[in-house]
Amino acid sequence: MEDHFEELLLNLKQVVGFIFPNEIELHWGLLIVVYPYVTGLVAGAFILASLERIFNIEELKPTYRLSLITALAFLFVAPLPLLSHLGHPELSFEIFLTPHLQSAMAMFGFVYIWYLMVVLLLEIWFDYRKDLVVWSRNETGLKKYMYKILTLGATDLSDRALRFDKKAGKFITIIGIPSAFILHGYVGFIFGSVKANPWWSSVLMPIVFLFSAIVSGIAIMILIYGFTTLIRWKKFQMGCLDKLGSYLMYAIILDLSLELLDFIHRLYESEESIKIISQMVSSRLFLSLVIIQLILGSILPLVGLVLVRVRPLPDELRRLIYFGSAILVQVGIFSTRWNVVVGGQLFSKSFRGLTIYKVQVLGIEGLLMSIGLLLLPFVILWALIKIIPPWPEAETVVPSAAAERKE
Amino acid sequence: MKKDKKELTRREFLKKCAVSAPAVLLLAEAESIFAKNSPELSDHKEAHYFGMGIQIDKCIGCGRCVNACKLENSVPDEPFYFRTWVERYVVQVDNEVIVESPHGGGEGFPSNISEKGIARTFFVPKLCNHCANPPCVQVCPVGATFSTQDGVVLVDEDYCIGCRYCIQACPYGARYLNPFTKTADKCTFCYHRIKKGSNPACVEVCPTKARIFGEISLRSSPLTRFFRFNKVQVLKPYLNTEPRVYYANLDGEVR
Amino acid sequence: MKYKGKLFRASKEATGDLNAKVGKIPQQLKSLFVLFLVLISLFFLLRHFFTPDTFGKYGHYRAAAIDSIMSQPLRYAGAQLCMECHDDIYALKIESYHRDVSCEGCHGPAIAHTEDPSEFVPPAPRERGYCPLCHEYNPSRPTGFPQIDLTSHNPPKPCIDCHDPHDPKPPHTPEQCSACHAEIYRTKAVSHHAPLLCTRCHEAPEAHKDQPRMHLPSKPTSRTFCGECHAMEADSPKDIPRIMMSDHGIGYVCWQCHYPHYPEVR
Repeated sequence: MEDHFEELLLNLKQVVGFIFPNEIELHWGLLIVVYPYVTGLVAGAFILASLERIFNIEELKPTYRLSLITALAFLFVAPLPLLSHLGHPELSFEIFLTPHLQSAMAMFGFVYIWYLMVVLLLEIWFDYRKDLVVWSRNETGLKKYMYKILTLGATDLSDRALRFDKKAGKFITIIGIPSAFILHGYVGFIFGSVKANPWWSSVLMPIVFLFSAIVSGIAIMILIYGFTTLIRWKKFQMGCLDKLGSYLMYAIILDLSLELLDFIHRLYESEESIKIISQMVSSRLFLSLVIIQLILGSILPLVGLVLVRVRPLPDELRRLIYFGSAILVQVGIFSTRWNVVVGGQLFSKSFRGLTIYKVQVLGIEGLLMSIGLLLLPFVILWALIKIIPPWPEAETVVPSAAAERKE
Repeated sequence: MKKDKKELTRREFLKKCAVSAPAVLLLAEAESIFAKNSPELSDHKEAHYFGMGIQIDKCIGCGRCVNACKLENSVPDEPFYFRTWVERYVVQVDNEVIVESPHGGGEGFPSNISEKGIARTFFVPKLCNHCANPPCVQVCPVGATFSTQDGVVLVDEDYCIGCRYCIQACPYGARYLNPFTKTADKCTFCYHRIKKGSNPACVEVCPTKARIFGEISLRSSPLTRFFRFNKVQVLKPYLNTEPRVYYANLDGEVR
Repeated sequence: MKYKGKLFRASKEATGDLNAKVGKIPQQLKSLFVLFLVLISLFFLLRHFFTPDTFGKYGHYRAAAIDSIMSQPLRYAGAQLCMECHDDIYALKIESYHRDVSCEGCHGPAIAHTEDPSEFVPPAPRERGYCPLCHEYNPSRPTGFPQIDLTSHNPPKPCIDCHDPHDPKPPHTPEQCSACHAEIYRTKAVSHHAPLLCTRCHEAPEAHKDQPRMHLPSKPTSRTFCGECHAMEADSPKDIPRIMMSDHGIGYVCWQCHYPHYPEVR
């Protein structure tokens, strides 16, 4: 506690202008930056999978299942930064007991459960059911029982049942897309609805969050597809990568134009807060907003991706550009989340001064914790890949019951 | 065949039970929700509606209110946690505004400012505005902060999960996270005092009667006189929070 | 009998229909249905048992929270309570400039004193540093509020030496000479010699008012005059600074070193 006070006292010395005395403590730190970043990856990866499914895009087949379980892996981690940031995580169940319906945050639990149980898990279950049944028959020992439980007792492999799996999967995808929009648009709304904070309060916030989520989701799928293909010694399907690359480009263009619209709108309206906000952008946020988010995270990858489309380049170089852009985009989107969450708290609500935020290394709100939370989804993804391999070659061929009957 | 049929009916019976169980629970739940939403006014025998008036022209910036508040409510001593604080505004001739609140004003203000170029200068006591339309209550996900029926916004310390959304939502910087309880904390209008007929601690110790506490729209309330003899303004009126802390002679520079 | 048989057949057909319909529902849906049913029931069950009792009594909050907030102990007793015993001071104060200053504003929270007056005695700030919290000159203070310049206003003396905090009248400085000697008057007014009449030291003939240059007032000429108050053995109030007349500045008159209208103190 003493350390905390000393640190606040040091921060107090770096305050520029006037802040309200209670504002020296910055309440939503690195963990809350991680939260929308991870949720964004979930929504983005899921939307990518849904595009493949609804529009039947042949090139993206190799990433369909991979996207789904990537989304699942990140979704498992999404509530953890929130939970560990709470003052009383042991009371978090209250959000289910007495959700305050007027509160944007109260719905988090329900939106999350809906998305996890009704959308993602169901879609994955329907998609994998026949494999689960086959595996439960072929495997031995513990694995056999695990798969048996996962089938939920629905072991029907008749043609009709399989057709139903497909239909149900498609139906869930259709309700899944708006759900993914809700999940991440909702995260944007948590910030966008705070009228006390001019940096957050914007109708565009949910939409900007959504498109940046799609950008980050596509980029992470390029990276995960690339990495898993490399370590499995498989050949790259350039058609798939090209498609992902072009989607990434369109998504960045949309995202960037929305963000620019938001920016121009603020500048043009030039409200009471414009002075302190421009002061913040040109000082405390210059590196993370202008350099990292805008130049490194948006413009540079965009240039690369456009280059790929206007000039025929060799496969090797194209891959390099795709991976490079994807990494830059990840850094850029993380920076975007940082600028929203931390930026919104760097200026005083008196609009007269700027405070400061220093990331700690240790502790629950520290850097190590956040890195751990960002690595955790990959561990989960690895485990999921072991349990339900997403590779096309792992897909089982059902000994068609219908065919047998005909004979 | 016969056995089959029997099995089916038993299964059906179980199914029906299973279907009806949550339905019954749902109904019971819905009933309780509706019952909960109708307030039982009989428990509040005297209807109050509290508010505070602040006469800026009377505040001398002595910071006794800040001290008294910390003592009365065991607010942590460190200068990062305030339920009430005092700001000093110095508006210069060139419209440059200098605001400060060292230690929340609790140790007074240094008098060593140069008088050259000052157009006007004054003190402004601040505290939770106990808005009639409180953004903090709106955003609390679990119902741990709420408006009482007498118009006071309170925090349920045992129920708060410490998410700090309310701190973000407050436009006035009136809330802080109590470092010891890890819950949101703020001015209660000294609820434990006013319900016993006393004044809030800050009002009690104010030597110039710059703070006036009472009931809004009660003829005998000191606030009635305050409303009659002063032009009154609230902080950030454009946010439509409808504060219940009113300022007389509030300067436009105060935010 | 026939009728009964028909009915039986009909019901049999109906159950058969139903069974066929149930049979048509894909197996997957059945398992999911059971799973979700169990989960949802579990949710409502837990919610039913874990929601706090008083939640929602008045609104979307725990009504019990109000009681726990109201049970917070008081620290400040309030001036009304002080008045019940200290009615003499109250009577003095209510007529004075400090009528609005609450007792506990200076003496601190005193509920413990009301419970057991001998156990806890509220402190009284006697040092010079306390009153300037309100009365030191500060340009931000409202015009007309009594303020002093700490460095020139009787530097080292505690305020309560001259001002009774329960009835803080400014000490009255005689002013009959101030019409002409305003500067001396103002200097003296903030000095240790403020309460002294001019005539305590100067004998001014009546004619001084008409022809000031012709009829000059007298000045003290001897060391013993100041010694009447400042000598070690002088019969004067205790807090007046003393000197040994036998060895302090022999050979000089006091006013050669000390300016009597603003006597500095070491």
